[in-house]
Amino acid sequence: MQLALSAEDEAFRAEMREFFTTQVPDDIRAAVIEGRELSKEQIAGSMKVLDEHDLAAPHWPEEWGGRGWSDLRRHIYLDEMQAAGCPVPLAFNTSMIGPVLAQFGSQEQKERFLAKTRNCEIWWSQGFSEPDAGSDLASLRTTAVKDGDDWVVNGQKTWTTLGQYGDWIFTLVRTNPEVKKQAGISMLLIDMTSPGLEVRPIELIDGGHEVNEVWFEDVRVPGENLVGEEGQGWTIAKFLLGNERVGVAPVGAIKRHLARLKELNGERIGAEPRLAARVAELENELLALELTALRVVAHSSEGEPHPASSVLKLKGTVLQQAVSELGVDLAGPASLASGAGDGTALPDWTPHTAPTYLNLRKASIYGGSNEVQRQIIARTILGL
Amino acid sequence: MDFTYDDEQESLRDAVRGLLGKAYSDFEQRRQTTKEDPGFSEKTWRQMAEMGLLGLPFSEDDGGVGAGPVEIGIVCQEIGRVIAPEPYLPVVVLAGGLVQACGTPEQRAEVLGGIASGEQVVAFAHDEPGSRWAPAASGVTASESDGSWTLTGTKEPVVAGERADALVVTAALPGGGTGAFLVQGADAERTGYATYDGGRAARVVLDGTAATPLGEPGTDLTASIGTVLDIGRIMAGNIALGAMQTALRSTTEYLKSRKQFGVTLNTFQALTFRSADMYISLELASSMVQWATMVIESGDADAVRVAAARCGVQVSRSSRHIGQEAIQLHGGIGMTAEYSVGSYTAVLTMLDHLLGDGDHHVDVLAAGVLDHGSLDPLAMA
Repeated sequence: MQLALSAEDEAFRAEMREFFTTQVPDDIRAAVIEGRELSKEQIAGSMKVLDEHDLAAPHWPEEWGGRGWSDLRRHIYLDEMQAAGCPVPLAFNTSMIGPVLAQFGSQEQKERFLAKTRNCEIWWSQGFSEPDAGSDLASLRTTAVKDGDDWVVNGQKTWTTLGQYGDWIFTLVRTNPEVKKQAGISMLLIDMTSPGLEVRPIELIDGGHEVNEVWFEDVRVPGENLVGEEGQGWTIAKFLLGNERVGVAPVGAIKRHLARLKELNGERIGAEPRLAARVAELENELLALELTALRVVAHSSEGEPHPASSVLKLKGTVLQQAVSELGVDLAGPASLASGAGDGTALPDWTPHTAPTYLNLRKASIYGGSNEVQRQIIARTILGL
Repeated sequence: MDFTYDDEQESLRDAVRGLLGKAYSDFEQRRQTTKEDPGFSEKTWRQMAEMGLLGLPFSEDDGGVGAGPVEIGIVCQEIGRVIAPEPYLPVVVLAGGLVQACGTPEQRAEVLGGIASGEQVVAFAHDEPGSRWAPAASGVTASESDGSWTLTGTKEPVVAGERADALVVTAALPGGGTGAFLVQGADAERTGYATYDGGRAARVVLDGTAATPLGEPGTDLTASIGTVLDIGRIMAGNIALGAMQTALRSTTEYLKSRKQFGVTLNTFQALTFRSADMYISLELASSMVQWATMVIESGDADAVRVAAARCGVQVSRSSRHIGQEAIQLHGGIGMTAEYSVGSYTAVLTMLDHLLGDGDHHVDVLAAGVLDHGSLDPLAMA
């Protein structure tokens, strides 16, 4: 049992802090810190900067630009990145399709895609969910039928986050309707400029355009764009969704958000004991979450994830939401003014609070809803 | 940054688990033990002394082992797992801890040596009618005459106060501040009674009772008392952690075996989801308890004070949640004294109110909430 970081990890932490606070453009960091929407150029631009310093995908195999860091170092890297307001690298690229291609892709696919995935020259979208396949992903119905060397894809994906920026979409399709539903799924890489592919926006409750429907009508996909084997899609999807134990909860970002709310509202928090108690309690829950994340990453043995890692997704989203809720409450009536724009007489942090709060209701739904997480805990940890 | 035990710590845990697991291998043994005075097993207490557990935190010069907080935490967690009724926390951690912090070398050798060998049960007489977990004393006052000290006033509840051979009594000093005194058990008027968790407590009435000042006579020990209480809070958290682990395990085992409507209870998602939430509460508490235990090692009283409050909030919230749900998910059997799980909830309730509950600790944290931007656990030791 040892609380402090080793001298080497301490130095690593200082190096990361120095990098993120000095090398990532200030306008991008300010937008993150103030909770403003980022443009495609800002997200891709910060990934490019990270990649130039070999910091875009440190968890990838070293052959493809990874760094071979310990889990603890990866945690520190993410923590410092979020604390500095640097946008986290696009998850579709670095957490999802990158590791998948490194593990299951052909040599040609690796050479064609991995470097451009790392530096965001290719912006990936995720084609998993469908209108009738949400938490029950294996029920997906988008089909791919072999025609010569090509696949012909028909169907509809939904909840495609930032699909309006997407260059390519990694897509789960049903290639065999005759077998058990999991066994009939394959993964295809699809160029989003392909004829027959259409992206339609979905407006969300916060007024923003963050997610989309993606429609496929006789979209031809070259056979070489199949990932792994035919019928291996479910295995790949499970790998993609389940291989993370670092960065499961965005602790650094939640902490930064709470610290900012404290700074902006210090006078009131100091004067109102009930508010101070609410902040203190939230901060304490965040500490418990962060310590749990540290327990998971500091767990030295390779392979087996620490059982507590399942707690991180669930509690992380709950606290992310709770801090955004505090934000709306602190803004009070000023939170109504979401459309006020630059000329507002209200404090400039307040108009974002309600859309942020509403937007973050998604956090406990995506990536395996919190009910799915409870199911996982009950089954795999408690044996129920 | 490392949250795992080394080999020696693992061995200690196995040894304590072996001893207490045997003593309380089934819940009926604990139940019978707590029915009779003094509410714990003198035999088990002696065995704990023989294993070196009662002198674990004390230096070798004082008859102890000189182990650190992680080791004490291990013992406390094992006590919690079987809710062993032996008064380890009040005697070793609190009374012993204050003697260790403030006693003269002679006092340390005598009192700590007595505790470590199991010959002396020493109680910590600090709570007073009207007091709520503060380090200062006011209801018992100390007087000095010609170099002799006496105490007057009432301490209650004093855990293990009737059984105790000696008491460490806190008292308001004539010149202001709070001191601590050694009082022979036989010199105080003591009325013992059972507490709802199976333990024993006493009302201790002092009326011009002869007392020996701990350390330099007349010195204000409020800060030291506060630190000992903070360490006690973190160790109470360790006991609670062990108890919560068992309460959750009993619950999941019960859900897998108990049948209603022709099926086992784990068929019902309403119940399994609530168990999953209990697991989350347990893991969060576990993280905070382990962290706070390591903070003690830093020896920084302010850091320990804050860590005790942080640990205290989480353990209070988690232990109430787990204790309440453990009974609910068991159903009626959880209400019976014969079955174990309700007693775990009783012990968790006792621990929550022994040295400060969640709201008390939140008040401590709220007062300092603007002193920092974000919390940084990697720089908090």
